[in-house]
Amino acid sequence: MATTGTVEATTHGSGSRRTFGLILLGLLVAVALAFPIVFQLPYHRDLAIKVLLFAMLAQAWNILAGYCGQVSLGHAVFFGTGAYTSSVLQMAWGVNPWFGMVIGVVLAVALSQVIGYPCFRLRGHYFAIATIAIGEIIHTLAINWEFIGGARGLTLPIQRDSLAAFQFHSTKYLYYYIILGLMSLCFYITWRIERARLGYYLKAVREDGAAAQSVGISITKYKLMAMALSAGFMAAGGTFYAQYVLYLDPDSVFPLSLSILVCLLTVVGGTGTLWGPLVGSALMLPLSEFTRIKWGGTGSAVDLLIYGALLTIMAVFQPAGLVGMFRRWGRR
Amino acid sequence: MIEIPSADVLIQGILSGILMGCLYALIAAGLSLIFGLMEIVNFAHGEFLMLGMYTAFWMYTLFGLDPLFSVPVCGAVLFALGWATHKGIIKRILGGPMLAQIFATFGLGIFLRAAAQFLWSPDFRQVAKPLVQGPVKIFGISVGLPQLVASAASLLAFGFLYWFITKTETGAALEATAQDRQAAALMGINTEWMFTLGWGISSATVGIAGAFLASFFYVFPYVGSLFGLIAFVTVALGGFGSIPGSLAAGIIIGVIEVLGGLLIAPAFKYVAVFLVYLIVVLIRPQGLFGKF
Amino acid sequence: MALLTLQGVTKRFGGLVANNNVSFTVEEGEILGLIGPNGAGKSTLFEQITGFYPPTAGRIRFRDHDLVGLRPDQVNRLGIGRTFQKVRPFLGMTVIENVMVAAMQYDPNPVKARRDARTFLEIFELADKQDTGARSLSIGERKRLEMARAMATKPRLLLLDEVTGGVDQRTIPMLLQLISRLRKEQGLTLVVIEHNMRVIMSISDRIVALHLGEVIADGPPAQVVKEHRVIEAYLGDAFVVPAAGEVPGR
Repeated sequence: MATTGTVEATTHGSGSRRTFGLILLGLLVAVALAFPIVFQLPYHRDLAIKVLLFAMLAQAWNILAGYCGQVSLGHAVFFGTGAYTSSVLQMAWGVNPWFGMVIGVVLAVALSQVIGYPCFRLRGHYFAIATIAIGEIIHTLAINWEFIGGARGLTLPIQRDSLAAFQFHSTKYLYYYIILGLMSLCFYITWRIERARLGYYLKAVREDGAAAQSVGISITKYKLMAMALSAGFMAAGGTFYAQYVLYLDPDSVFPLSLSILVCLLTVVGGTGTLWGPLVGSALMLPLSEFTRIKWGGTGSAVDLLIYGALLTIMAVFQPAGLVGMFRRWGRR
Repeated sequence: MIEIPSADVLIQGILSGILMGCLYALIAAGLSLIFGLMEIVNFAHGEFLMLGMYTAFWMYTLFGLDPLFSVPVCGAVLFALGWATHKGIIKRILGGPMLAQIFATFGLGIFLRAAAQFLWSPDFRQVAKPLVQGPVKIFGISVGLPQLVASAASLLAFGFLYWFITKTETGAALEATAQDRQAAALMGINTEWMFTLGWGISSATVGIAGAFLASFFYVFPYVGSLFGLIAFVTVALGGFGSIPGSLAAGIIIGVIEVLGGLLIAPAFKYVAVFLVYLIVVLIRPQGLFGKF
Repeated sequence: MALLTLQGVTKRFGGLVANNNVSFTVEEGEILGLIGPNGAGKSTLFEQITGFYPPTAGRIRFRDHDLVGLRPDQVNRLGIGRTFQKVRPFLGMTVIENVMVAAMQYDPNPVKARRDARTFLEIFELADKQDTGARSLSIGERKRLEMARAMATKPRLLLLDEVTGGVDQRTIPMLLQLISRLRKEQGLTLVVIEHNMRVIMSISDRIVALHLGEVIADGPPAQVVKEHRVIEAYLGDAFVVPAAGEVPGR
């Protein structure tokens, strides 16, 4: 009987299972590529971009929390670091946003090591609380740092449409394909990790740190590695967000609510699974839009009501998430 | 960036920080109790506080009952909530994976916050004419009377909790269960009752703190987030599982909050608190007086 | 040549002295039994040897290396493997994955690691359960899994902590044979903590007895078993000493 996150079906499943999986994947790719052509309304496109962006962010979190078992509740700091780095570099020194993205990723990775090294000594709950505290500190610092715009935020200057400038106004589709590409890269790397030694080591660290050490795994080293990968993808998402929305402020890129949302999407979809983050995003984000439309603005908080309830229910009854549920049904 | 204010302002600040700290201590005590008992952090603790505050508010608005007199009601309502939370949720995740333990209560917190917003709107409410109001002078220093009363009452409640844990038989049973679950069970202590009782007491405590807080603080759905985070930090600083530790840590945090605001900038008062917390916990992971 | 040397190892936890001035050596190729009543400090020695706790005082040398101050993963990579008193398999993984993780120390390729892992599973008679979740194994099977996992790191020295504890009586001879085989075929050195006197008497070349954190006896089994202090420590525990030459594999 296989368990969450293990590589059973894909490497050792029956031939027909593999073919089915490949067909499904092919369909998914086709749908993804064709989506903006079929659904032309800006509203649908924006929602799809949001889903893909958050799928990537959720996967980033998944690498650290799902596969490696380190629950961070302050992951927005890396997203914000990416967003602000590329934006500030662009506005203050005219640095190209793609290059800015790379620098943002480097900075976020560095930050992740600075945070991780001391904090990984803390056990589960304590680590989670520490990440909340760090998130809040950085959020507050950002609000009070005039150089990066403080509470007013930054409004990125509008440039002419071009891939180089990472801005598109007449044909917004390119934003869709860029985030699709970024997300796919993230998922591909996660898939490779899952099947390589790194994936096994991360899971061992998650399952039992002491036992992992007893077989020669340096748990600090691997936690830091997971942290780095995780932070990097969050930062890349941050730069994309900044270029897409062309405005950012601390409350939109550093808030606790963003950190929580990223966790929620993964937990509902299935932590420690490859597709969980996508399943979670694809289900929860449109759902939240729907409740917002049906029951009025955030004043009624119905979407949060559902989020909270789902998070608890999933955590209690279905830690393997929706993906885990599908797997169990598939096996019967 | 650091400007030293006058001695008067400093002393007044420190005193008000100590007063607030007593309230923080009471809020944190319940959290510490549960963690000592079953190594679970109730991430919805702030929302429990919020519900205690709303209970006091509605008792006042609907029945004219001053928050200080709503204490039994708040205690009872929250006791029931804590009991139900254990039976419905916590029981099922004991010994489960860390992710489940964290997100079970985290999700509950989000749900309660959203429910409050849904039912009572995000508007800020307040108890317009509390029984106790206005400033009062102690040794020539001016402090708010509601804060003084709330803090004194918190100390009283805290003392009562401590007495209960250390001097009564039930309290001893709770301690025993916290120290060694298996041994306690072997001695005939019904650990399931202990867990449920622990949750009930913890929630009642924070409900009562909510009543005190409502006498001078705004009541709104998100009020729990801030106090919840301060509570986690207080318990972690004092040491999970140590009730006296919560008192020491609560007061320290209260004072740092004020000093941070005065010496650096009001916007940074919580940054100061979190920084001190991080420094302590990284040097001494078990906190000042913690067992783990 | 002494493979492992403990000199004056002392461990204090606050006021509690878990080990006091413990000194002994383990020769290459021998099976050393470590006995003592509960709380004698046996497992604490393992924790210090494998780097989970630092000793308060004393030295621990393995081959040419000083072990004090090393992390547990470094100790393992030097060639010391261990099992845990309260068994710790990777519950969320399958049986073979548990061993693969250990085997990957030598080759990161999962396919190769899987093959190596399978070999170890066969030695420990768990091969037929290779794809089941570790969660569904019985205690005895989990203990064997832990041994297989430790062996997959190709240690020179294996520390076994109460591998027969809680295990079905009928499985014990099989475990004993495995241990003897490991010593003979793989050239392994073993230190075995055991409560089961039958087991320890039959497999050990030498026994070190601990009581209240101190060494009270160190020598061949037949001799240690007759020592006054050892009998005192076990007050009332009657045991039967099997005649020498009776047990297979020696």
